[in-house]
Amino acid sequence: MSESLPTPEQIDALYKRLDEEAEAGGYHLNPDREMTRRLVEGLLANQARYGYQACPCRLADGDKEADLDIICPCDYRDPDLDEHGACYCSLYVSEAIVKGEHKVRPVPERRPDDPAQRRQALKPVQAEPGAGVPVWRCRVCGYLCARDNPPGVCPICKAKRERFEQMRLTVVLSA
Amino acid sequence: MNTTHVPGTRSNRQVFLFALSTCGWCRRTREFLEANGVEYTYIYVDLLKGDERKEALDEMRKWTPRQAFPTIIVGEEVLVGLDEDKLRGALGL
Repeated sequence: MSESLPTPEQIDALYKRLDEEAEAGGYHLNPDREMTRRLVEGLLANQARYGYQACPCRLADGDKEADLDIICPCDYRDPDLDEHGACYCSLYVSEAIVKGEHKVRPVPERRPDDPAQRRQALKPVQAEPGAGVPVWRCRVCGYLCARDNPPGVCPICKAKRERFEQMRLTVVLSA
Repeated sequence: MNTTHVPGTRSNRQVFLFALSTCGWCRRTREFLEANGVEYTYIYVDLLKGDERKEALDEMRKWTPRQAFPTIIVGEEVLVGLDEDKLRGALGL
């Protein structure tokens, strides 16, 4: 298969942009610069090959619809950061890893093998008490997000995770 | 399968690597093997299309139900992901 390789300038440019965006949003790129550079190179290779930046460490199908959950940042980044301190390919890592308190270890694949199961997460949730994804509120700035756990840092005001509270939502239907 | 053989001075165990050309950990696995003089064969599954890709994935499935890269076969042992300590152990380094 003939492919034009990303140039060093393209890699540097995307590396810089992703790093700035990560830091602005309370995330961190892997401090192992050699590894991060290779992962960024893989993203660019996938961009050229498929037209989107599929995870460099997963086998993309080439059908965008089928690959939506593994377009970087993938659907699995936040739970993997919570549980393993790194996303699947280790492009994104926790603060503890940035500080050198932990090492990056292989992250087991949490993406379901069965494509039908990947889509389940995207179906509307049943309106039952306790069902669905919890909503977290930053007590400092009011930022809201719906995910299993609050983010490590508020992407808006940079308040730490412990400043988040889980919201109890009441839905009032007007006539 | 369209595999690539890398000669080495250490060839007491058969080593086969299922890898992706875009994956930094796959690349680091190859560097580790080569730095240790390990003879091995690899295949970049992402560069395969259609039946060739299916054939490689079917072969991989014989070893592990999980489709993850790198998958390293050392003799009869299957290692998923690069864990240098485990790989060293499997290779007897």
